[in-house]
Amino acid sequence: MTEQAYKIQEEDLIRDDITEYLRRHETKDLLRLLTCGSVDDGKSTLIGRLLYDSHMIYEDQLAAVTKDSKVHGTTGDDFDPALLTDGLKAEREQGITIDVAYRYFSTDKRKFIIADCPGHEQYTRNMATGASTCNLAVILIDARHGVITQTKRHSFICSLLGIKHVVVAVNKMDLIDWSEEVYEKIREDYNAFVARLGFSDIHFIPMSALKGDNVVDHSQNMAWYDGPTFLHHLEGVNISTDRNLIDMRFPVQYVLRPHLNFRGFSGTIASGFMRVGDEVMSLPSRRASRLKAIIGPDGEIAEAFAPMAVTVTLEDEIDVSRGNMLVPVKNLPHVGNEFEAMVVWMHETPAKAGRSYLIKQTTNMVPGVLADIRYKVDVNTMRKQAGGEAPAVKTVQRGENSSDFNERSDSTFNELNAATELQLNEIARVHITLHRPIAFDPYEKNRSTGAFIIVDRMTNITVGAGMIVDRVVPKPKSSAPVSKNIVKTASLVSDEDRRKLLNQKGATLWLTGLSGSGKSTIARQLERELTDMGHACYILDGDNIRHGLNRDLGFSMEDRSENIRRIGEVARLFNEAGIIVITAFISPYREDRKQARAIVNGGIVDDGETVQDVKIEKDSSASTISESSERFNGLNEGGARLNDSTNPRETRFVEIFVDTPIEICERRDPKGLYKKARAGEISQFTGITDPYEPPQKPEITLLSADLPVNQAVGLVIEKLRQEGIVG
Amino acid sequence: MSGYNLSHLKQLEAESIHIIREVAAEFEKPVMLYSVGKDSSVMLHLAHKAFAPSKIPFPLMHVDTQWKFQEMYKFRTLMAEKYGVELLVWINPEGKDISDPFKHGSDKHTQVMKTDGLKQALGHYGFDAAFGGARRDEEKSRAKERVYSFRNEFHQWDPKNQRPELWNLYNAKVNKGESIRVFPLSNWTELDIWLYLLREEIPIVPLYFAKERPVVECDGTLIMVDDDRMPLKEGETPMTKKVRFRTLGCYPLTGAVESEAETLEEIVQEMLLTTTSERQGRVIDHDAAASMEEKKKDGYF
Repeated sequence: MTEQAYKIQEEDLIRDDITEYLRRHETKDLLRLLTCGSVDDGKSTLIGRLLYDSHMIYEDQLAAVTKDSKVHGTTGDDFDPALLTDGLKAEREQGITIDVAYRYFSTDKRKFIIADCPGHEQYTRNMATGASTCNLAVILIDARHGVITQTKRHSFICSLLGIKHVVVAVNKMDLIDWSEEVYEKIREDYNAFVARLGFSDIHFIPMSALKGDNVVDHSQNMAWYDGPTFLHHLEGVNISTDRNLIDMRFPVQYVLRPHLNFRGFSGTIASGFMRVGDEVMSLPSRRASRLKAIIGPDGEIAEAFAPMAVTVTLEDEIDVSRGNMLVPVKNLPHVGNEFEAMVVWMHETPAKAGRSYLIKQTTNMVPGVLADIRYKVDVNTMRKQAGGEAPAVKTVQRGENSSDFNERSDSTFNELNAATELQLNEIARVHITLHRPIAFDPYEKNRSTGAFIIVDRMTNITVGAGMIVDRVVPKPKSSAPVSKNIVKTASLVSDEDRRKLLNQKGATLWLTGLSGSGKSTIARQLERELTDMGHACYILDGDNIRHGLNRDLGFSMEDRSENIRRIGEVARLFNEAGIIVITAFISPYREDRKQARAIVNGGIVDDGETVQDVKIEKDSSASTISESSERFNGLNEGGARLNDSTNPRETRFVEIFVDTPIEICERRDPKGLYKKARAGEISQFTGITDPYEPPQKPEITLLSADLPVNQAVGLVIEKLRQEGIVG
Repeated sequence: MSGYNLSHLKQLEAESIHIIREVAAEFEKPVMLYSVGKDSSVMLHLAHKAFAPSKIPFPLMHVDTQWKFQEMYKFRTLMAEKYGVELLVWINPEGKDISDPFKHGSDKHTQVMKTDGLKQALGHYGFDAAFGGARRDEEKSRAKERVYSFRNEFHQWDPKNQRPELWNLYNAKVNKGESIRVFPLSNWTELDIWLYLLREEIPIVPLYFAKERPVVECDGTLIMVDDDRMPLKEGETPMTKKVRFRTLGCYPLTGAVESEAETLEEIVQEMLLTTTSERQGRVIDHDAAASMEEKKKDGYF
């Protein structure tokens, strides 16, 4: 066994300066990961290897394993790392791992908690369990077999449970002569299928867990691989931006009343951060007050953030008890007793539509009814199967990839499976109605307030786990408008008439980028230039709109979304009138931009859909879960359904990413906002405390750091010409 | 965003506090099992933090075998006073003043005084949840243990019939007679415990630190002569050696290790540089590799 250089250094450090060693280890951070693989992919071997190579196995445990190797092992008299991890007697005798096991190891950079998940067909339940607490998933692939159905299933479940980081461990490279070609093929295959799942970070490592190649030490056999080793990669993955630090949510767990003058509310901050003096509201009562004090584990503090466990006191005597949630007055979650969710069923007794269960979400345990099973998702193909009734978001048109889905939904499989039941290890989108309202967020935005478990009322067993997709979607009775009196009137003036008149096509140029990236400068110059060229255009200014049309809106999640919807609708009206609209909002969230794109591009004309319907489509696309399941059906990003309206309109939405590094934006700081944000005077600021999600496929990217404004404007106009928007 | 990160230790602390509060809120009658060892010290300290400035809202219970080290008894009283918590002591009346590990062997003594004693005590008081300080990294069969470990009305643990545990949403529902063993330190490792003891300056029984102590050698294990119940062989006199204990149990069943480590730092240093695992000092784990699993099924912690 070769020694990693830093490990020797660590031993020296322990010997020579234990105080320094302890200081380093006290401040290291924590990464929770899960390992998924089929029975023979070598998962236990990989973990055993990590524990062994990072010195987490003591000699006497090793002696016990070596002894066991002769009885249970698959490697003859050799040391079998898998035996370090296969814990329970029953499963050792069966040779399979039957339950999630947790393993621990650490380096001086990180402590690691491994949720070791069995990969056996029937154990979707276990994988969901393991994934629920993890930041990262290790997907093991046997290099001899490549990407197989189980690989897809595991990836899908990880994506469903909201994991963002994936490491694909291409194992058993020793058995294919360390072939780079095979490895590259696997990479391609995996990338091709995983694109639909929305992971933000995927990394591939060729290895041999049994021999130790590229696990802790670099492989001598694969000189062609110059990436990090497995352990090195795990040590470096950045997970700090995974947390939701935007939306403060504090589910009250316990009320402390040591004496008459103290009434404290204890809990774990689910997301966001809080500061003494913040105005908060208790939900569902909607009583407001201010944070008077925050008491952390080490005493009073001025501010606290997720996932700290704290106790807070309030300025006013309002009624707050366990199950209530404290939230910022200006950023409210949904409050209601109905929602839709993706559910993983975990018990042999099937779920039945119409049956009553207990639902535990945050600190609430509420009786509720599994009102409806909308549709099931086949974990192997990741496609929808018909549920009890027509799916809420019925796919009205077929993209070219959606034929599989249609085959699937007609298959006998579904007919055999009564659609009102959900079997062990099945996944479905369901509609849940609770006996009383709770505060919640979609799981995609908030893994703490969007998650729940389902408990059987008779047996008390946890029978299911769910991830909230969105607020309840009213079942569309028909495709008729809300009011029968709303009829779309056709104009006598056609788009073509307007195009000829104005010598241009209505379009929305949506500039997005960090504060200080140069959006407004480019927008203004663009407006000037286009006008000088004789084109009708207009900048929709965010602040101006908030003074008028949107003055009733705040900055809560719902309000932000409504703000974007209205801007989108206004832009669409302008576009229909033939005007070119330029917008310059930071618009940091992909989902919001996607929504704007859907509105601007599609509109809601001609096919008799109501405004309500569009909202549904938009809302449901607001979560990865439904978004993923939408994508599985081959629907394109950006409201493909809307594009398919009978109106053969061309694309009007032009997303322009003003891509300027944050260092430069901060140096420019035209409004002095970065300075204020850094000083803590602005609590939520994109790029500093809040994330910016760069566009994945913008129509135009402007690297404005190296690009003079007039050249940037030139590029945009060039593109508009290509698209036939301006002549 | 980089300013808003918690170290692994603070994350573990938060997670444990969350679990402790959750139990206090959802169960009718919880109890914290207190073994006087270092993990118990950490657990008690966390309970204190979870409810400050209030007092800990449940009692501590020590299932006493009457064979603990004298220093452990002293420390037990001291800690109950320090944290202002009610301390219950349970001694199995059937084995009281009779059970003797020297005469009856470790298995029988442990079964009667610990396993049976614990079941009796839980039944006697009607506790529906009992905190224990076990960690998943201690022993292989514990790797799959839940934070909330369900026990039927006979206090039995069925490894195949445990409830799935997702996120931090624990299922506290039990029928009458059933109970949950709760392990708030599940995700802590040996090293985490030491780092936390150091960081928080939490007191532990002095037996953990090396000191000259009277010991005799039995079957290759150093046993400390803690009182006059220790049967000495003809002509055998205790040796004085500088020793410490890595785990604490009944003194006749707990092996000492020779050591120079007199501070927490030195203990960690020694621990990291040695290559034998913590539980080796305990006589009860040795029988068969899967013995702990059998004991757990039977209700042992």
